[in-house]
Amino acid sequence: MDLSLSTRTVGDRTVVEVGGEIDVYTAPKLREQLVELVNDGNFHLVVDMEGVDFLDSTGLGVLVGGLKRVRAHEGSLRLVCNQERILKIFRITGLTKVFPIHTSVEEAVAATD
Amino acid sequence: MATVELRFSALPEHVRTARLVAAAVARRAGVDEAVLDEVRLAVGEACSRAVGLHQSSGITAPVKVALIEDEKQFSIEVGDEAPHAAPAERVAGGAAADADVEAEEDEMGLAVISGLVDDVEVTTGENGGLIRMSWPTAPPAAALA
Repeated sequence: MDLSLSTRTVGDRTVVEVGGEIDVYTAPKLREQLVELVNDGNFHLVVDMEGVDFLDSTGLGVLVGGLKRVRAHEGSLRLVCNQERILKIFRITGLTKVFPIHTSVEEAVAATD
Repeated sequence: MATVELRFSALPEHVRTARLVAAAVARRAGVDEAVLDEVRLAVGEACSRAVGLHQSSGITAPVKVALIEDEKQFSIEVGDEAPHAAPAERVAGGAAADADVEAEEDEMGLAVISGLVDDVEVTTGENGGLIRMSWPTAPPAAALA
């Protein structure tokens, strides 16, 4: 399965809906999308991972890269994920402390901390 | 010989194939269904790392994956042919910044593997590296139940 990406604007946030598999082959597409959004001035991103079937360390690297970029503009990058198999990867790498992880897009969009 | 052996050109698009094959053979070998996600992720990490090492060292040889079914365990060996520098040979500083970034990504993959797999062994030498990972399997009778 390939990677699917779609973006929409909710208030001052840009929601990136990701579906499929994020791995060493598809991660560059996600990186391009995040870089493009930041270059276009979107600094508050919500990455919706509910449709993601697979995530590896390459994908984690891209998300960390995205976080670095938005932070350089005092922005934010929030994740939406309820899938245990995906959350486990964030836990074992200690990245649950780095990313705010929300249970719904609505919650992530409303978050301000 | 291994139960199933796989060799693939060191290209990112083939890593998914390796994951699918490994998960299929692991399931057949009796690895618990709940652990198959971990097998899939761990073998993907090991293969991604090997592909990266081959590409950055300009090695045209394929990446090798051996899937080995034993009586009580299922093992996966992922071998690369990249010459590994000993950690002491890594130089810190500006000139080595790119190498550091690569080493960091490399370590992220290894961190995921060691976080996922209890029984893992990483060996490296001048002629390449090998990651060996094992999981227990249920005896056939239990697997049928």
